[in-house]
Amino acid sequence: MTTMTLDRRDFLRVSAAGTSGFLLGFYLPSSAAEPTNAPFEPNAWLRIAPDGIVTITVAKQEMGQGVLTSLSMIVADELEADWSKVRAVQADAHPNKYGGQGTGGSSSVRTSYEKLRNAGATARGMLIAAAAAAWNAPVADCRAEQGSVINVRNGKKLGYGELASAAASMPVPEKPAFKDPKDFHLIGKRVKKLDTPSKIDGSAVYGIDIRVPGMVFASLVRCPVFGGKVATFDAAGAKSVDGVLDVVQTEDGVAVVAKHTWAALRGRDALKITWDEGANAGRSSDATWKEFAAKAQELGTVDRTVGDPSAAFATAKRVVEAVYKAPLVAHATMEPMNCTVRIDGETCEVWVPTQVPQRAQSEAAKVLGLPVESVTVHVTHIGGGFGRRLNADYVVETVRIAKAVSKPVQLLWTREDDMTHDFYRPNAYGVFKAGLDGTGAPTVWTHRAVGPNSKGLVVSGSFPPYQIPNVTVDYHLIDTGVPIGAWRSVGPGLNAWLVESFIDELAHAAGKDPLDYRLSLLKHQPRFTRALTTAAEKAGWRKPAPQGVARGIAVAEDFGTVVAEVAEVSVVRGEVKVHRVVAAVDCGPYVNPDTIEAQVEGAIVYGLTVALKGEITVAGGRVEQANFDAYPMMRIDDMPKVEIVLIESDAPMGGIGEPGLPPAAPAVCNAIFALTGTRVRQLPIRLA
Amino acid sequence: MGLFFHLQFILHFGNFRQTSYDEVHMASFRFTVNGTPATVDVAPDMPLLWVLRDVLGLTGTKYGCGIAQCGACTVHLDGEPVRSCSTAVESCNGKTVTTIEGLSDHHDHPIQKAWIELDVPQCGYCQSGMIMTASALLKEKPKPTDSDIDDTLGGHICRCGTYQRIRAAVHVASKNGGRP
Repeated sequence: MTTMTLDRRDFLRVSAAGTSGFLLGFYLPSSAAEPTNAPFEPNAWLRIAPDGIVTITVAKQEMGQGVLTSLSMIVADELEADWSKVRAVQADAHPNKYGGQGTGGSSSVRTSYEKLRNAGATARGMLIAAAAAAWNAPVADCRAEQGSVINVRNGKKLGYGELASAAASMPVPEKPAFKDPKDFHLIGKRVKKLDTPSKIDGSAVYGIDIRVPGMVFASLVRCPVFGGKVATFDAAGAKSVDGVLDVVQTEDGVAVVAKHTWAALRGRDALKITWDEGANAGRSSDATWKEFAAKAQELGTVDRTVGDPSAAFATAKRVVEAVYKAPLVAHATMEPMNCTVRIDGETCEVWVPTQVPQRAQSEAAKVLGLPVESVTVHVTHIGGGFGRRLNADYVVETVRIAKAVSKPVQLLWTREDDMTHDFYRPNAYGVFKAGLDGTGAPTVWTHRAVGPNSKGLVVSGSFPPYQIPNVTVDYHLIDTGVPIGAWRSVGPGLNAWLVESFIDELAHAAGKDPLDYRLSLLKHQPRFTRALTTAAEKAGWRKPAPQGVARGIAVAEDFGTVVAEVAEVSVVRGEVKVHRVVAAVDCGPYVNPDTIEAQVEGAIVYGLTVALKGEITVAGGRVEQANFDAYPMMRIDDMPKVEIVLIESDAPMGGIGEPGLPPAAPAVCNAIFALTGTRVRQLPIRLA
Repeated sequence: MGLFFHLQFILHFGNFRQTSYDEVHMASFRFTVNGTPATVDVAPDMPLLWVLRDVLGLTGTKYGCGIAQCGACTVHLDGEPVRSCSTAVESCNGKTVTTIEGLSDHHDHPIQKAWIELDVPQCGYCQSGMIMTASALLKEKPKPTDSDIDDTLGGHICRCGTYQRIRAAVHVASKNGGRP
């Protein structure tokens, strides 16, 4: 075994895997801060077996965004692998072996790109060196191509499988030569996702599909009021249900454990529980809006000020003011939260669809008082993440139940559990005021943000990208008693609706075309300008819209990617119909345009859902919407035609899972104004 | 194979047989699943979804809402698409059930092939239900219009937003013959 030293040690580790070929470990950065003192262990593994199969272990979680495939493409391209022989495997959790495994912030590809290329190029160099040694030929005469090394002098050829064991003992190249991007055979090409075949025949195993010998099925009743506790409960009715095995109380509520899910659900219905509803029992959305509105009268904490807004208002020719309200919204992943846990003496095994395997591991260990190394976490297929699965609440719940019943347990949340116990996108109240000069250009812009107590979720993305000489953003954060969390596109997703709606108000107040108005204020932002003009051109912005249809436009940056969208909208008897959305995407260099388009399409649907569909409201301290009948979703008959233009760009690589979302809602609201003269200042859109 | 399913049931749950629970309400139901006879001893009102998933081990059919709103649990009952979360097992007695696992012998139903050709799934969780409804649509209407597709699949939810590709893939499958 060869071990890297010094700086190379931070990146690569190679070993001959006995007779089983070549194993290369390499280090991937975390999307969060790296633990600096953690002992190095390589965090992703590239294995080449004697049969030529290349297995890449991926430590970022696949949840539909395509990272199993796109991360593997990067390695395989530089490796010059035969893609038909590449297999991707999801890594288990490990406290430090993989660095940060958390998957969020649209970060997986852009934070891994260079290092994965380096890993692939390193392995390719070693395979070439092994072939050269076998042929006693100069390395310069040997070329890698599609899973083989070829001697260009005599046409001799050795497959990677044949070379793998010898390659493992070759010196590790200090500076492996990267391929010229024009020679990429995978990066930048449309490549089908490796896991699609398992998703069309029922064979993909999601968390809910885990089956462990001897396992039981649990359903947990939590207090409907956030933070409430069980006062008393009567389990007799539940225990008399066919198939119910046990009823246990944990810190989280009362769990019914049964032979199968249906019995657990029947048993749960038969439970009689009285709750100590606690401090949040009087909370309501109405009261929260009033509290937000009252707070918005006072100056909050200043996030950022440019120039002198007070002085600028004094000289403004015209002042425009508006108040916007964005509701709480739920993630509603199609696969409800679930987890399966088996505790065996001093070890514990967890199967879970999670975006944070290490958090699942450490929190399970904490509940059991075990070292993290004693907890194994297998990441299953994930039926949607969108930020909800950055929380490990459902892992903790399951471990507690498994501990109480001393059997392997699968806890499945019902849809109702999922919708009423989410970590919601914050409700937010935005107070805007702008002053315009004689030409209609804004000289001053102020935004007071009021929302629940997370600055990151409420304030990030609120500073306008426009060239305005005087700007203040200030904020109030208030404990509303409702759990909030990261929700696809986070702060910019919320704030783009506010900023892009208000700039549109200013454009109309100035009597200017909304595209021209934006462009006049974005001369310092070439990526924004290009995205806007590209989307506008593709959408035919300068041409008349179809009869009864109007266009709206919006642009935003999220996770390093700039996206502009044009929406075409009609309104018939108060019903808003989105016919078409054109998106121009500048994410810098890209890996798989096919998954990029899929992500942008999906993000637009997610954004349109907030614009057009439901909201989460609270009354009596509990969420009022429990299922899709009360919290509707975009469906296929709501789906507009989506057209995506990928801008060829040399900007640094940006994220892609989220940035398609922020412009969607404001583009639609701006189109509604263009069509009807009604300015939407509250979501979801309700035109009386 | 019927014996196999029955055995699987007993093996899977046999270790609880010593616990005392009331079996008076249990009854035996027989139906065919993916061409194989199955017998289950469960409560008559147990939804087919949970019989398939928790008793017969066919986990390709998904739970999404439990109230026939999202379509993730769609299977064919005597060839017709039904919401297995809201279909009591007693109503399946003597009938034929087809799940995603049994839609085709080699995962090569034209709908499945079109889904691969257009790389439709993202997270994939809703896709079993989408595919079961889409395949039933093509049987009924071999040349569906966009509005036929929207009307039929409008009962389903995909949070990843794969709708545009689903529409296109149904047309591709239709062009390729529609039926296995």
